[in-house]
Amino acid sequence: MTEVDRRDFLRGAGFATAAAAVPTEASAAIARPPKQISPQAVGMLYDSTLCIGCRACVAACKEANKMPAEVPATLTGWNENTWDSAEDLSGRTLNVIKVYRNGTAEQKDHEINGFAFVKRHCLHCIDPSCVSVCPVGAMQKDAATGIVRYDPDVCIGCRYCVYGCPFGVPQFDFSSALGKIAKCEFCRHLQKDGKIPACCDVCPTGASLFGPVKELEREIERRTAAAPGTPYQFPRGKIGENRPPNAATIPTYVKGVYGEHEAGGTQVRYLAGVPFPKLGLPTVGRQSPASLSEGMQHTIYQWLIAPLVAFVGFAFLARRNLALHRDDDAPTSKEG
Amino acid sequence: MSTAAPLRRSLVTPTTLVLVALVVIAFSFLLQRFLFGLGAVANINPGYPWGIWVVVDVIIGTAFGCGGFAMALLVYIFNRGQYHPLMRPALLSGLFGYTLGGFAVIFDLGRYWQAYNLLLPWHAQLNSVMFEVALCVMAYVVVLWIEFSPAFLERFGFVGIKRILERWMFVIVALGVLLPTMHQSSLGSMLLVMEYRLSPLWFTLWLPALFVISALAMGYAVVMFEATVVSKTFALPSEHSLISKMSIVVGWITVAWLVLRFGDLFARNALPLAFIGSISVFLFWVENAMFLAAALVFITPAGRASQRASFLGAVALLAGGSLYRLDAYLIGYQPLNNWSYFPSVPELMVSIGVVALEVLLYLIFIKTLPVLHGDAARR
Repeated sequence: MTEVDRRDFLRGAGFATAAAAVPTEASAAIARPPKQISPQAVGMLYDSTLCIGCRACVAACKEANKMPAEVPATLTGWNENTWDSAEDLSGRTLNVIKVYRNGTAEQKDHEINGFAFVKRHCLHCIDPSCVSVCPVGAMQKDAATGIVRYDPDVCIGCRYCVYGCPFGVPQFDFSSALGKIAKCEFCRHLQKDGKIPACCDVCPTGASLFGPVKELEREIERRTAAAPGTPYQFPRGKIGENRPPNAATIPTYVKGVYGEHEAGGTQVRYLAGVPFPKLGLPTVGRQSPASLSEGMQHTIYQWLIAPLVAFVGFAFLARRNLALHRDDDAPTSKEG
Repeated sequence: MSTAAPLRRSLVTPTTLVLVALVVIAFSFLLQRFLFGLGAVANINPGYPWGIWVVVDVIIGTAFGCGGFAMALLVYIFNRGQYHPLMRPALLSGLFGYTLGGFAVIFDLGRYWQAYNLLLPWHAQLNSVMFEVALCVMAYVVVLWIEFSPAFLERFGFVGIKRILERWMFVIVALGVLLPTMHQSSLGSMLLVMEYRLSPLWFTLWLPALFVISALAMGYAVVMFEATVVSKTFALPSEHSLISKMSIVVGWITVAWLVLRFGDLFARNALPLAFIGSISVFLFWVENAMFLAAALVFITPAGRASQRASFLGAVALLAGGSLYRLDAYLIGYQPLNNWSYFPSVPELMVSIGVVALEVLLYLIFIKTLPVLHGDAARR
C-alpha cells in the first residue's frame, strides 16, 4: 500500500488553489451548459472512516476483472507474484487502497499523528472529460446508469483520456505490445447477471457501498446529520439490500462530500475524517473541463460557418492573386 | 521572372550518410516498440502518458511545418508575389514536417491497428478536439502534396495535368491556409480540458489564438532559417534581401503574440505566479525571452539588415515557439501522484531519427526536383 505523498499537494498547492477557484466569467460564458445526472444513475459511496485497509476490494477487483497481480520492483525479493501489492492505478490495476500517515500515526482518521485510508478508482463523472476528448468514441457514458464504459475494439490508443482526466484515472498498459486502457467500469459485466461491483460485494465494513446515486445521497445526509458518537447501522454491499449492516458509531467527518461538485460532479462520493487533499484526492474545481473545451470548440466551429466564410474569402483572394502572378506560378523548369 | 530548378549536387555525401544512419537507428528502436510495447522503449508512464513522440514530433514538428502555411498566406492571400521564390522550399519543409508528424502519430498510438476508426463516420466524435485535429492534419497533408505536386509534374513533363491543376490551384491554396489555421489553433484548444492540471501561466482561454499565432511566426522563421542554411551550405546567392523585407511582418506577429500572452496573464492576475522559483517558471521566462529577442531583431532596421542577427532571430523564434509548446504540454502540466518524465535514449533517438528523415528527404528532393529558385540552383 503506498503512502499518499505529501509533496504531491505541497508542490501543487500554488496553482491547485488558483485552478480550483470559481470559474472566471469569461470561462463560464464560453462553457456549454453543465450536464445533469441521470435519475437512474448508479454510484458508490466510499466512507474512509469505515475502511480498515484490508484491501479485499483490491483483490476482488483483480479477480472479477481478470487483472494480473502487481509487484513493485522493490518488493520482488520476497513477493513472487503471490501477493498483489499494487501501489497505484495502472494498466493492470483498476482499484487501489492508499494510506495517509502523519507523525506517530497513532489515531485513525486524524490529520495530525494519525492515519487514514483512501480508495482510488474511476469516479464516473457526470460530465466526463475522457468521453469528451476521445476522438473515436471509445469512451461512452451510459445514458441511464451513467457508467463510463470503454470499448477496446474502437480505441486507437492515443491516451488523451489518460492525459485529460482531472482525477488521473484511465491508465494505458505500456508493458504490452497490444496495450489498452484500463479503468473501473463498475463491474458492468457482473451487473448484467444481477450482481454488484466486486469491491462493494466483498467490503466487510460497508466502506465501499454501491447503489443508486439518489439513495447514496440520502445515506450521506443521514450520516453527516447525525452527531458524532451516535450508534449507526452502516449498510453493506448495496444500499437497500437486506445484508446484515455494520453496527458502529458515527465518526467525525471533515466538511464536504468529495465528488459532489468536483469537475461538474461525479457518481462516486467520498466521506472522510481527514481533509480530502491530504488523502491525495486531486483538488478539482466545479466547472467540468469538458464543458469548457466543448463550449470553445463549438463556438468557433458552430455550423462550420466561420471556416466556410474564411474558406470563401481565402479562395477569392487566392484566385485573384494567382491570376495576377500567373508567370510566377508557372515556372517552366529548363530540365523539365 | 524566377523559375525553379533541381540543385545539381551529389546525393551521397557524408551528411546524408549520417542522416541515413540516424534513420536506421530510429527504425530499430521502433521495431522494439512494435514487438514489446511502448513501455519497452519510451519513458512515458501513468503520470505522463504523452512524451516527446507526441509533443516534439507532432505538436512542435507540425509548427516547424508551417512554412508553407505562412508563405501561402503572405504570397497568395496578401498578394506579396515578390516572396514567391521562397514558396516552394517552404512547401517542401511543410510537406515533410506534416507527413512525418502524421507518421510519428502512428508509432505513438497504442492501438495503431485501429487508427482507421478515425475515418469511419460512425465513430466520429465531434466533441473531441483531437478528432478535429486528426482529420484536419490528414487533409492538410493531402493538400500539401497537391500544392507541391507542380514540382513533380514539371520534372516529369506532365504539362496537361499541371495546367488543369493550375486552374484549380486557388481552391488548394485556400485550403492550405484554412486547414493549418484550424488545426494549429486546435492544438491549443486540446489543452482547454486541462484546466485543473495545467499551470495558469499556460492555461488560458486564449490558447487557440496563442498556438496559431506562434505557429505562423514559426512558419516564417523556418523559411528564414532554411533559406540561410541552404544558401550557406551550397554556396548559393543569399536570399537575405528578400528575407530582410519579410522579417518586419514576422517582427510584428511576434510582438502581437507577446502582447496577447502578457496582456492575458495580467488580466487574469496570473503574473505573480511567474515570480515563484521553479523550473517551469524559469522556462516560462526563457520561452518569452526568446520571443522578445526575435521581436527586437525583426522590428529594428539594424536587426533586419544584419544577416547574422536575422538568422539568430529566426533561431530564437523557433526555440521560443518550441519551448512554449513543450511547456504547455509537459512542463507546466501537473501530473498526479508525483510521476516524473524524462525521455529515454531510444525515445530521443526515434525523435532524432524522424528529424533526420525529414532533412534527408528535403535534401533528396531539392537535388532531384525543381524546388529552389532557379537562377541560383542552376549555377
